Amino acid sequence: MSWLSDEAISRLKEASSLPDVSGTRYRLIERVGSGGMGAVYLAEDSVLERRVALKILDVPDMLNGAGGVSERLVREAKILAQLEHPGIVPVHDAGTLADGRVFYAMKFVEGKQLDQLVKDMNHPSASGADLLPDRLRIFQRICDAVGFAHARGVLHRDLKPENIMVGPFSEVLVMDWGVAKILGSTPDEFDAEAGQSPGHARTVSPARTAHGTVIGTVGYMSPEQARGEVENLDARADIFSLGAILTFLLGGSEPVPREVAAIAQKAMAPQARGRYSSASDVALDVARYLDGLPVSAYPENVFRKGVRWASRYRVAIVLVLTYLVVRALLILFSQH
Amino acid sequence: MTTETKIGRWGGGGGGRFPATRWSAIVAARSEDSGERSRGLEAIVAAYWKPVYKYVRIRWNKPNEDAKDLTQDFFARLIEKGTLADFDPAKARLRTFLRVCVDHFVANEAKAAKRMKRGGDAIHLSLDFPAAEAELERTKPALSATASSERIDEFLEKEFIRSLFGLSVEELRQFCESRGKQTQFRLFEIYDLEDNGQKRAGYAELAKKFGIAVTDVTNYLAFARREFRRIALERLREMTGSEEEFRREARALLGVEPK
Repeated sequence: MSWLSDEAISRLKEASSLPDVSGTRYRLIERVGSGGMGAVYLAEDSVLERRVALKILDVPDMLNGAGGVSERLVREAKILAQLEHPGIVPVHDAGTLADGRVFYAMKFVEGKQLDQLVKDMNHPSASGADLLPDRLRIFQRICDAVGFAHARGVLHRDLKPENIMVGPFSEVLVMDWGVAKILGSTPDEFDAEAGQSPGHARTVSPARTAHGTVIGTVGYMSPEQARGEVENLDARADIFSLGAILTFLLGGSEPVPREVAAIAQKAMAPQARGRYSSASDVALDVARYLDGLPVSAYPENVFRKGVRWASRYRVAIVLVLTYLVVRALLILFSQH
Repeated sequence: MTTETKIGRWGGGGGGRFPATRWSAIVAARSEDSGERSRGLEAIVAAYWKPVYKYVRIRWNKPNEDAKDLTQDFFARLIEKGTLADFDPAKARLRTFLRVCVDHFVANEAKAAKRMKRGGDAIHLSLDFPAAEAELERTKPALSATASSERIDEFLEKEFIRSLFGLSVEELRQFCESRGKQTQFRLFEIYDLEDNGQKRAGYAELAKKFGIAVTDVTNYLAFARREFRRIALERLREMTGSEEEFRREARALLGVEPK
């Protein structure tokens, strides 16, 4: 028996834990991420000769029955399959590997997580890409995708910068729908666990929701979500998270315009009834700000209205003023 | 004169394959049936003698010769006295139990001095101590007898994994040879086992070397890894006393959850 070095043992452990994709059209290339219930691998689809991402469970099946991790992954794949939108990662395939692990194949998204992108934007050496409108346009696309999901009756429940990918052409994809909830459905096992201990201190995985923890991420989940009021959650819970994402996006942008700050504040109102009623409304307010129009979150007095109006039509105002000044000078000159 | 083991050579490898069912060697080692008992003990000794030897060398700071005698005597005692009858899988893992037994045995060894009296028909196990000593030299553990209990535990666990994987690799080699799949094993050996301090060869390089397609490299490696995993899990199952312990150990040692 030959001696095995520590390095060889490490490789064998890794090889032992790798999913067995034999018999499928996929070839694993590398592990690109991991979470509470599984890992994401970059793989090659040998039939279509393209790169895909495979989300594969760590275990064949840890729990049987409702709420088991296998069931949860299948559920996630099915939800994604229903959400065909440019802002939501498309799922291509799903199934069970030879070793019993459940998987689904999705588009391999090349780009950066929003948290990393913002970090880069905020870096002192960053170029002009950190303009506020750029950040707001990214935010609008997130709102569009979330609004589409809401229209299809799906709540994401874990919206945060780490779950949003921004591609090289500023395309935005909302990822990780593992704890999504179909509105009107009965609470699943994870919901039940989340609601078991109201008021009790909870720990939440900073990276991803794990089995047995509150659904959501501290700092991005709404107060009602943190209280475990699972059955009462509606689109406004995700809207709170959108507000938190907007706040995060504005982190390195100084000064933050009052209108934009008001949009974030309204989205994050402590009481759900104080928030926007839909993600589309949030996006609309942002669009109005970008177009120089009043936003619903920020009631204006006459002075502010005048400033905004002047700002919006500053070119025309300058032209008119220039014309008037020149005309006045001409009249004055002719009189002399 | 001593009795050379009646149950084969303990170095791992070809001798004494455990039956195909491969359920718990612990259960088998406590069986009333002498054949079952021998097979169970053989599996346990094969997996644990090296870790125990290295543990005695490191934890008890024993010289080579003393550690050899102690390891011999410990396993001989394990077989003769049926020590495993006291093991309760619900309370501890086998290696924890063995560690406690070893500590107890070594601590009392001086007083009892029974080793000196041993002889006659005492069981003598054929263990490859020079190989174990050479491994210990190569590992060069930064451990001493004064190392913390946690570090000693880590050391023992790592050596158990090394032993388990070593036996599994050897079994995989035989398995591949018996099915004419030497290329699969050789690829596995080069890609996953060899550690010469240099960067691993890529799939394309291996494909060129073996005159096969890159997809074949992928498939051959997948085959060898799948079989290695199966064998390692089977061997691990032997070393555990319950399904629950087996699954826990599989997760802890291999990072997998068996089906």
